[in-house]
Amino acid sequence: MKKTKQLFAGLILMALGLGTAQAEYTLNLMRGVTKVSNDIYDLHMLILWICVFIGIGVFGTMFYSIYHHRKSRGHKAEQFHENTTVEIIWTIIPTLILIGMAIPATKAMIELDDVQESEMSIKVTGHQWKWEYEYLDNGIHFFSSLDEASNKVRQVGSGIDPRSVPHYLLNVDKPLVIPTKKKIRFVFTSADVIHSWWVPDLGWKKDTNPGFINESWTSVDEPGTYRGQCTELCGKDHGFMPIVVIAMNEPDYNAWVEQQKAAIAAEAGSASKQWTNEELIAKGKSVYDTNCSSCHMADGAGLSGTFPAITASKVVTGDINAQVKLMLDGKGMMPAFGKILSPVDFAAVVTYTRNGLGNSVGDSIQPSAIQTLQSATPAAGKNE
Amino acid sequence: MSAVVAEHDAHHDHHEHGPAKGLLRWVITTNHKDIGTLYLLFALTMFFVGGAMAMVIRAELFEPGMQFVNPQFFNSMTTMHALVMVFGAVMPAFVGLANWMIPMMIGAPDMALPRMNNMSFWLLVAGVLLLASTLFMEGGAPASGWTLYPPLVLQTGKALPFAIFSVHLLGISSIMGAINIIATIFNMRAPGMTLMKMPMFVWTWLITAFLLIAIMPVFAGAVTMLLTDKFFNTSFFDAAGGGDPVLYQHIFWFFGHPEVYVMILPTFGVASTIIPVFARKPLFGYSSMVYATASIAFLSFIVWAHHMFTVGMPIAGELYFMYATMLIAIPTGVKVFNWTATMWKGSMTFETPMLFSIAFVVLFTMGGFTGLMMSVAPVDFQYHDTYFIVAHFHYTLVPASVFILMAAGYFWLPKWTGHMYDERIGRLHFWLSVVSVNILFFPQHFLGLAGMPRRIPDYAVQFADWNMISSIGGFIFGASQLLFLYIVIDTIKGGTGEKVTDEVWEDAAKHSLEWTLPSPPPYHSFTTPPTVIPTEHI
Repeated sequence: MKKTKQLFAGLILMALGLGTAQAEYTLNLMRGVTKVSNDIYDLHMLILWICVFIGIGVFGTMFYSIYHHRKSRGHKAEQFHENTTVEIIWTIIPTLILIGMAIPATKAMIELDDVQESEMSIKVTGHQWKWEYEYLDNGIHFFSSLDEASNKVRQVGSGIDPRSVPHYLLNVDKPLVIPTKKKIRFVFTSADVIHSWWVPDLGWKKDTNPGFINESWTSVDEPGTYRGQCTELCGKDHGFMPIVVIAMNEPDYNAWVEQQKAAIAAEAGSASKQWTNEELIAKGKSVYDTNCSSCHMADGAGLSGTFPAITASKVVTGDINAQVKLMLDGKGMMPAFGKILSPVDFAAVVTYTRNGLGNSVGDSIQPSAIQTLQSATPAAGKNE
Repeated sequence: MSAVVAEHDAHHDHHEHGPAKGLLRWVITTNHKDIGTLYLLFALTMFFVGGAMAMVIRAELFEPGMQFVNPQFFNSMTTMHALVMVFGAVMPAFVGLANWMIPMMIGAPDMALPRMNNMSFWLLVAGVLLLASTLFMEGGAPASGWTLYPPLVLQTGKALPFAIFSVHLLGISSIMGAINIIATIFNMRAPGMTLMKMPMFVWTWLITAFLLIAIMPVFAGAVTMLLTDKFFNTSFFDAAGGGDPVLYQHIFWFFGHPEVYVMILPTFGVASTIIPVFARKPLFGYSSMVYATASIAFLSFIVWAHHMFTVGMPIAGELYFMYATMLIAIPTGVKVFNWTATMWKGSMTFETPMLFSIAFVVLFTMGGFTGLMMSVAPVDFQYHDTYFIVAHFHYTLVPASVFILMAAGYFWLPKWTGHMYDERIGRLHFWLSVVSVNILFFPQHFLGLAGMPRRIPDYAVQFADWNMISSIGGFIFGASQLLFLYIVIDTIKGGTGEKVTDEVWEDAAKHSLEWTLPSPPPYHSFTTPPTVIPTEHI
């Protein structure tokens, strides 16, 4: 028993001591970068110390007793079996401690819940298995998926050392950018199953429920890159949809917004140009790897019983317009990609699936044709 | 202390009959000891099946990167590990103990409803086998976590209806078991065995049985709604049809929170039975123990949404469920203080059952502390769905429920078999288990606080060291349990060869009636009611 106690003591000391000493090797909750996250950290430490204090009292008494009141030391058992005073005391004291905890906890909870007076809003939509961000004030809108380097390494039996990838599994292709020192309101929803959006440095996580809106807020003081993950089991690639938030000073943020708007304009321009088959196929491969390969597999073989194969698929080798229609509207677990991909990406991936992954239909479709079909398709029946 | 009651006329018109011959004995038996044995052996088997799944999980998490299994199968493993351990191992093991011990503790010949007893065991087997069969189905076993949250669970392949029907079978089995236990306790106590003289194990099971009857239909209802959502176009949990996926979570946890107490209340009962025997003292605060158990059971019905703090509840809901959850600390604290006071100024010896029981008190309290931490709603916005939670509930299940089941095995095996187990191997099993279980689960606190979500098959490299340590602890813990299997088999076959007395443990008969029977006890425990009710435990 003493050994166990020493083990605990050692581990608790390590938890408290090393936590501050090594940044990359945290053992304790992180303080985070917002006022709320700091309040939560303080609350966490308060309760941790209360528990340590009570633990020392209870376990101390127990181990004293185990050492002294043993038969092998000739201790004779006393026969007392109740003491009303003691029992009342050890009911009342915990009650008082709980009230003492509940007061700061209530304050922190109310603070965390208060989304009033926000200066800007970002809509976060969970997808299997990526995040969609929409800046409600300026129309910037994009998807954020696991970065390509991590995605290669994390395939079963890839044999690549995860340590060779910077921020393995905690890096994305396109991070969320927010301004510092502004109260930002987040609204959360989901396109398929429940996900949960968590960046530990912000101090909270929030579930994204399909068909419903949740809210939360943050205000980051210091510029920096803050990383997190999905924390609600959302299927096969739940572990592979990280979150990266970059907080920028106001001027840097404004420059980023302008850059994004310019990119949107350029994208619209490229949709009307005529693309060659080679261009479409080359672009389509990277679109496929990011958006399709987690279900239909990188080689297009699918997953028997769950996800159909692309290679030799009746849909992909059949009428091209039927394939586009299916992809625009979605089917079963397959999301409606008409709302996810740009016309260029859409045309590229359709062309790639018909001319790659073991298929050789030989035809292609132009982004402009996709645009026409997209506008012809009535909005999918989702409550928005 | 003993209360003597008037001796009743013994009816000697019964005829002794033993068990049926051969294998058929175990299929058709209505005897509480045979059925208890079946439950216990089944639970032990499932403990190793669920344990093997845990080994797959820890092997994959040994290093960052995906080495052995694909993510979908990993999710099936976490789901099936939980379902098998909860419904196949821990719950049946306690039902097995109840079958063996309750009639002997209250001075009855058998359970009140012996045929239903047989049926509830075989339904359990059917349910668990049906569940296990989903592993081999197209699309794989359920992989949505044991909570089976929609919409994710509706993406399960062919396995979904089979898993749901299996839950129905397990529910029916549990409800029948619970009815049997209540009927036995209310109707078959020996004269003089008033409710407030019953051993704590009987009390905790009585309360647990009421919990089971209240919650199993709720779970059955929840999964039936999943079934109709999937196959009959209802939309209970689909917003597009006017439903709400969060509704499922409320229903599930209205079942799920009392469900975890179904696994811990009988644990409390066994601890309250074992500690006084080896402290050679009466249990401290018997009546406060009974009231604390009842309070915990009551509170378990009104705290469910603390599993859902981040789901997006209104602030009033968050605060209410936070306060209500904090309250549980009070009766639970009373229990821990009472066990400590029972040891205080006793004359303790440390045989294997006592070692496991002391480890239970200490390590369960650790799980209780983390439980208190996560009851604080704003802080739970950080803890929720991380390895901190995994560490918490494993502390309240493995070194608590499972350790106490081991303690119960060592404590009563000599009574059940008439043979003594090998104390040296028992202690070795204990020390290996208690050290490795902490190597296994303690680092998971650090992982969770540092930001590792639960239910992920691969992780960022800063989590690598503690995951490797945790896995090593897991492998040692898993291997150590083979010692227990060896001890059980060895004891059944004759153990140390030492002839055990009726009491087995010094003065145990002062605490409870089973120690007044021979070891092993006769096939029909008390054919005439005992006349002296032990009251040492009160």
